[in-house]
Amino acid sequence: MKNVEEIGTTEQGELIINVGPQHPSTHGVLHLVITLDGETIRNVEPHLGYIHRSIEKMCESLSYRQFIYVTSRMDYLSSHINNHGCAMCVEKGLQIEVPPRAKVIRVLMDELTRLASHQLWWGALAMDVGALTPFFHAFREREMINSIMEETCGARLTMNYMVPGGVMIDLHPNFQPGVKEFITHFKSKIDEYDELVTDNVIFQNRMKGVGTLSKEDAISYGCTGPTARGSGVRCDVRKLFPYEVYAGLRFDEIIETGGDCFARYMVRMKEMRQSLSIIEQLIDNIPEGDFQAKTKAVLKLPKGEFYTKIETARGEFGVYIISEGGMTPYRIKFRSPGFSNLSALNHMARGYKIGDLVAIMGSLDLVIPDIDR
Amino acid sequence: MLSLEGITDSIHNWLNHALNPTLAMLSEFVMVGLCVITLFAMLGLVLIMMERKVSAYMQVRIGPNRVGPGGMFQTLADTLKLVVKEGLTPDGADHFLFNLAPFVVLSASMLALAPVAFAKGFQVWDLPIGILYVSAISSVSVIGILMAGWASNNKYSLLGAMRSGAQIVSYELSAGLSVLTIVILTGSLRISDIIQAQQDGWWIFKGHIPAIIAFVIFLIAVTAETNRAPFDMAEAESELTAGFHTEYSGMKFALFFLAEYVNIFIVCAIGAALFFGGWMPFHIGHWESFNHIMDFIPSSIWFTGKTFALIFVIMWFRWTFPRLRIDQLLNLEWKYLLPISMANLLLTTFVAIKGWYF
Repeated sequence: MKNVEEIGTTEQGELIINVGPQHPSTHGVLHLVITLDGETIRNVEPHLGYIHRSIEKMCESLSYRQFIYVTSRMDYLSSHINNHGCAMCVEKGLQIEVPPRAKVIRVLMDELTRLASHQLWWGALAMDVGALTPFFHAFREREMINSIMEETCGARLTMNYMVPGGVMIDLHPNFQPGVKEFITHFKSKIDEYDELVTDNVIFQNRMKGVGTLSKEDAISYGCTGPTARGSGVRCDVRKLFPYEVYAGLRFDEIIETGGDCFARYMVRMKEMRQSLSIIEQLIDNIPEGDFQAKTKAVLKLPKGEFYTKIETARGEFGVYIISEGGMTPYRIKFRSPGFSNLSALNHMARGYKIGDLVAIMGSLDLVIPDIDR
Repeated sequence: MLSLEGITDSIHNWLNHALNPTLAMLSEFVMVGLCVITLFAMLGLVLIMMERKVSAYMQVRIGPNRVGPGGMFQTLADTLKLVVKEGLTPDGADHFLFNLAPFVVLSASMLALAPVAFAKGFQVWDLPIGILYVSAISSVSVIGILMAGWASNNKYSLLGAMRSGAQIVSYELSAGLSVLTIVILTGSLRISDIIQAQQDGWWIFKGHIPAIIAFVIFLIAVTAETNRAPFDMAEAESELTAGFHTEYSGMKFALFFLAEYVNIFIVCAIGAALFFGGWMPFHIGHWESFNHIMDFIPSSIWFTGKTFALIFVIMWFRWTFPRLRIDQLLNLEWKYLLPISMANLLLTTFVAIKGWYF
């Protein structure tokens, strides 16, 4: 790796440009060193480390109740789902049975988070390809989800609502009417999203045939989530390894075979509709009962290794805990979806234009604190 | 009824009466210069405010609403900020060219203002090759942009400038050819002649199919020529941060910004003159009484209304469409717009020879 200050052009006369860490389209402090031949990209080299907070190391000194909330700061757009994965791993270790009400609440919240995340992604992708207006429209709908979250969890972005054995507090009385209002509102707006962006000729030209990732490559780079599903890989954890109440729900795993940016775009757009349908199925069927299982005040996982995985808005999020039997984990490893998806960027972007690089990054839906923990 | 033509004529006569011809001409130069500079400042303020309000309404926002009534003085406050801000010149930059570039761009758009007819008989210079002059002068600004990109010594700026060069030079062809359509129908390059020819109906109606095709091409081409979204390749903030003016700050940046908005005004004014009769009221053939009623609306209001309607359309483009990629942009010009405008030119010639227009 060359020193960043020294680079200018390669011996072949190719231009080397630093994109980031402060750049409008990297959505965070991602640093890409790109080699350009005119406008054509020859190489993309992601540099990480600008937002490394050593979350995994921090978790080693936090108790099993506490470490869950640090993961909110990883993928902040699906913080709730990260918490969920960690809570599930602790429950797996202690063999806690989660009450049915808590399970349904968790899934409802997961899907709301997924919707909020996809809405933000939609706006940000449109902004990356040059249309600024969709960003504001997406935030209008996302605001409704945030308000619902605020009522129930007390926070809008990092909800910290999960505890091992259930959820922290019961649902707010306004939750059900609020969610129903959101569903009716968003159902009309998602068609507007399609009219404004999906059906736009310029947008389709920018997306179709750009950043193609074959099925084999998607598997070998370890891509998950909408990125892999856009290349035709079946990888939805909710379908393949159902957790909580997903096994009893009717929803489709969205698979597109194009492998280009547009396929990834369509996967997420269709997933929004699936999430809506999941919420619709559950919102009137929240069982009565406890929202939290009875657990000891101090949790101690038995000696051993535990792994759970969960489907976040970006793909498969894995939590791996090694316990020595103490109050804190011996070692924690997170498998974040963004890191693997980013690793395919160089493969996808090579040979395309600078404008395409921005579109490809947008279609990967990168959240930098998730990549760089 | 207020007639701007009368005012300018009386000032001209009075000056020639009171002073000797050379002094009279010099003082007229000064007055016109002051008018143009004032107009520039006003246009900058009004158009930037308009853009912010238009974008706000499209984006479910309110827009600036704190400074002055309804946020009217927001641009004034912004200008003040830019004026007092330090104009940095980067170390590695070519100082002379770096500082010259904004003035080249600004002068180009100032010069292009000359043949614009603001009202009946209210025009800085009604030169016989008005339209040709505008298209010639508007291509000077690309020199300023290339200069800015090169002198900044920044790779983003350079890429932005190169894109801009390719774009402006290509789209000038289509813009020129679509302008020629009207020139063929009118038989004159002089702006006042073109407007006078629309006395019994605007060209967009009289020239029917060829004029409508030419208008659509003109609108696309000038949007690209003024570097506006969806053709804002030169800036492309999500790709090149700010393109050719990445390194500019303070007043030097403000000059680029101002020139962009004045350019929009000029191309829309020219578009209004060519296709919608400039200051010419809405006339229909031989409906004498209807035409007479229309004449009661002052010509300056007709001109402003048409121009700002076109400006609104261009702003509407910006806040609705995603940006094209550079190769798609050039494909659009060379593979679609240019052949269509050439065919359209042939069609127009045919129509003009046969006299199949109204």
